[in-house]
Amino acid sequence: MNARLRSSLLAPVLAVVFAAVLCAIVLIVSGANPGTALGAMIGQVREGQVAVDIVNSTAIYMLAALAAAIGFHMNLLNIGIEGQYRVGALVAAIVGGAIVLPPVLHWLVILIVAAIAGAAWATLPAILKVTRGVHEVISTIMMNAIAFGLAAFLIRRDQFGILVGNNVTTEPIPSSGQVPGIDLGSKGTIFGLVFLAVIAAAVYGMVMNRTRFGFELKASGLSPTAAAAGGVNAKKMIVVSLLVSGAVAGLVGMPEILGRDHAYTLNFASGYGFAGIGIALLGRNHPVGIAFGSLLWAFLEKAKGALDNVGVPKEIATIMQGAIVLSVVVAYEIVKRMELAAEQRRVGQATGTAIAPAEEAAK
Amino acid sequence: MTDTEVVTTSPAVTLSGITKRFPGVVANSDVHLTVRTGEVHALCGENGAGKSTLMKILYGMQPPDEGDIEVNGRQVHFKSPSDAIRAGIGMVHQHFMLADNLTVLENVVLGAEGLYGIGAKARGRVRGMARSVGLYLDPDTLVERLGVADRQRVEILKVLYRGAKIIILDEPTAVLVPQEVDELFNTLRTMRADGYTFLFISHKLDEVRAIADSITVIRRGTTVGTVDPKTVTTRQLAEMMVGSELPSPETRESTVTDTVVLQVEGLTLETGDGRRLLDRLDLQVRSGEVLGIAGVEGNGQTELVETIMGIRKAASGRVLLDGQNLTRAGTLARREAGIGYIPEDRTRHGLLLTEPLWANRILGYQTRRPTARGAFLDIAGARKDTRRIVEQFDVRTPGIDVAAASLSGGNQQKLVIGRELSGEPKLLIASHPTRGVDVGAQAAIWDHIRDARAAGLAVLLVSADLDELIGLSDSIKVMLRGKFVADADPATVTPEDLGSAMTGAGHVDESGLLVTGGDE
Repeated sequence: MNARLRSSLLAPVLAVVFAAVLCAIVLIVSGANPGTALGAMIGQVREGQVAVDIVNSTAIYMLAALAAAIGFHMNLLNIGIEGQYRVGALVAAIVGGAIVLPPVLHWLVILIVAAIAGAAWATLPAILKVTRGVHEVISTIMMNAIAFGLAAFLIRRDQFGILVGNNVTTEPIPSSGQVPGIDLGSKGTIFGLVFLAVIAAAVYGMVMNRTRFGFELKASGLSPTAAAAGGVNAKKMIVVSLLVSGAVAGLVGMPEILGRDHAYTLNFASGYGFAGIGIALLGRNHPVGIAFGSLLWAFLEKAKGALDNVGVPKEIATIMQGAIVLSVVVAYEIVKRMELAAEQRRVGQATGTAIAPAEEAAK
Repeated sequence: MTDTEVVTTSPAVTLSGITKRFPGVVANSDVHLTVRTGEVHALCGENGAGKSTLMKILYGMQPPDEGDIEVNGRQVHFKSPSDAIRAGIGMVHQHFMLADNLTVLENVVLGAEGLYGIGAKARGRVRGMARSVGLYLDPDTLVERLGVADRQRVEILKVLYRGAKIIILDEPTAVLVPQEVDELFNTLRTMRADGYTFLFISHKLDEVRAIADSITVIRRGTTVGTVDPKTVTTRQLAEMMVGSELPSPETRESTVTDTVVLQVEGLTLETGDGRRLLDRLDLQVRSGEVLGIAGVEGNGQTELVETIMGIRKAASGRVLLDGQNLTRAGTLARREAGIGYIPEDRTRHGLLLTEPLWANRILGYQTRRPTARGAFLDIAGARKDTRRIVEQFDVRTPGIDVAAASLSGGNQQKLVIGRELSGEPKLLIASHPTRGVDVGAQAAIWDHIRDARAAGLAVLLVSADLDELIGLSDSIKVMLRGKFVADADPATVTPEDLGSAMTGAGHVDESGLLVTGGDE
């Protein structure tokens, strides 16, 4: 078990180190000092509301990454998180602004509506996948485009939009539907729904490791043929996992909407879905890995503003994010192979069997 | 009719001191092998003994860690198979590498266009050579129309065309029925007379004794010795291979009862375009009975098993287990109803290779005790029961937390069998249960199947190993092109009779029973 833990830590650590070295080289080549750049970024955390922003972003990234990870377990690439969370946020904001309920109940209804809307947006790709074999990457990307168009349409002032200042928003959610945060004064406010992300990660970890559903999901991803022989209904799993992924994606916009904006606005943030895919890769679909991946991502995202102050282009942080994901994929594969070879060696020594692993691998 | 002229010629191939290490295991250690020109030299050994690794080294697919290779007296260092081909060595793999939608001629010339072009000259050469490998058909025939034996001849033709004089045949008879094996051997004898040298890899000892001029036995990665097939018995050979007492699949007294466990009626499976893969099949398996299904691979056995398991959806027909109609049930429901399933390819269908053994115990049992409680997994229960299987079925492993991939084939299979016999199944479907496992594990697997049968389990056994089929079964059905063409009584039938029936050449009496000892 210890060896397993070591190997699951080894890959991401190697990847982050490799990515850092890569970025350092880029910085040196472009004539900047990597030490100064890193110092500026770390120093930035103490400035203003950056620390709180990092915490809040971490929670949002976690939700997006969990949504991606659910699909990844089955080798389903849900590229549609971007569209699903947008639709989820928009529908939830419209519904939340139209009803009045007691506080906690109001939040719950909004959250459930968001999840249902996100799942609904994943339904079409799921159905196309199991009935017509349409690859989910293609259908979800197209659903993203439709989601953007739909959102732009629904927020028009002749639909659900109203003019607030010089911004167009949906009807504001009444205070009973607003989730209070932790107010740290000048440092900012931590969203109350940060805890939603923590709960989601815990539930996700439990479902994956402890339930029949999680087992069937993992088995389908590891070996569709073995899963089928073991009685797992592949089509059902595809539909269920895409819908659950969409439902979690639907929640991605909730911390900001219920904790800060209290409406869907024209400035609604985009890009969380794609970040989530990268973070799920970085965290190897593991809840703790995803939490740390999200934290790292949020740090790079929020602290990169400081780079401009020391004369370094802040795009270096984006390079770093990309390099980390790429190297973690490579590093994980290398570590996995090393692990398997080591285990075969161990089993070979323990049992005295002389079977060539290459013969097995060749099959 | 083993040819006896022993010619003392210079060796075609000499391997000396070959050692090859893989992480943790030594696949070959200090192997010595001398193959004379113009002989059929057999290389015998159990699965996993290191035969394939040795041949991959000779064919340039893997470099040896130590040792020398000499071809026709000259030392060589192959970096890739193309070096080996240039030195006159060709290899016919066990699994054919042919493009179905190309003709024989195109398949042969493909990748060797530089030798004789692709025009009339190439056609002439292919025509001339086709006869010497016993291929008497138009080179413009599409390969998809060819039977297994002819496909193999095309494979041999391919290596001849590339100028091979030394030909490695990797388990060439594994896919052939006995009659086709005889034809292949006749071809090999003719070609040997023409000066070709063969390295014949096999673990079928009777065949090896029938064809080989000398036999080298390999065990646990090293050569045990080279013997003359005329002076050695099959039993001695087998003991050289195994190094211990030999198992036999014989089942003693009958335990068949009257209780029908599995009833299949008119089962039909069709492809998308309406071709019948299974054609109105009827069968019954009783409690305590082993029903064997014989057939050349690809005649519907895989489809039959997968349709009974609910992995494929039948077009019509019924499947009943203990009177319970399972025709519309999914795979999981069928498993829960009491079917254990040993799939033909354990690595693809039986195991999650990267998962630990205890997680593999859950597969197929994710809804039942002791591995699950309701929607939750019972991991402690799964671990405990995995330990029981490891102990009871002698799975050689340092623990239950290792990945399934790190076990040897035989131990993986024992784990699968242990799992599929848990939960008191009523029916066990076993597809090639001893394929690719060593002799020791094979004997253990036969014992487990026999014990389960004695305890009242119904067993549907599909196997390509006719000795296993005859030895274990209480009755046998022969399958050809998706139909049952004959029944056979294992007490009287010989592998040759079965082989005839499998190719459609057998005779059946009016009750459908195969006439044994018939005219050949």
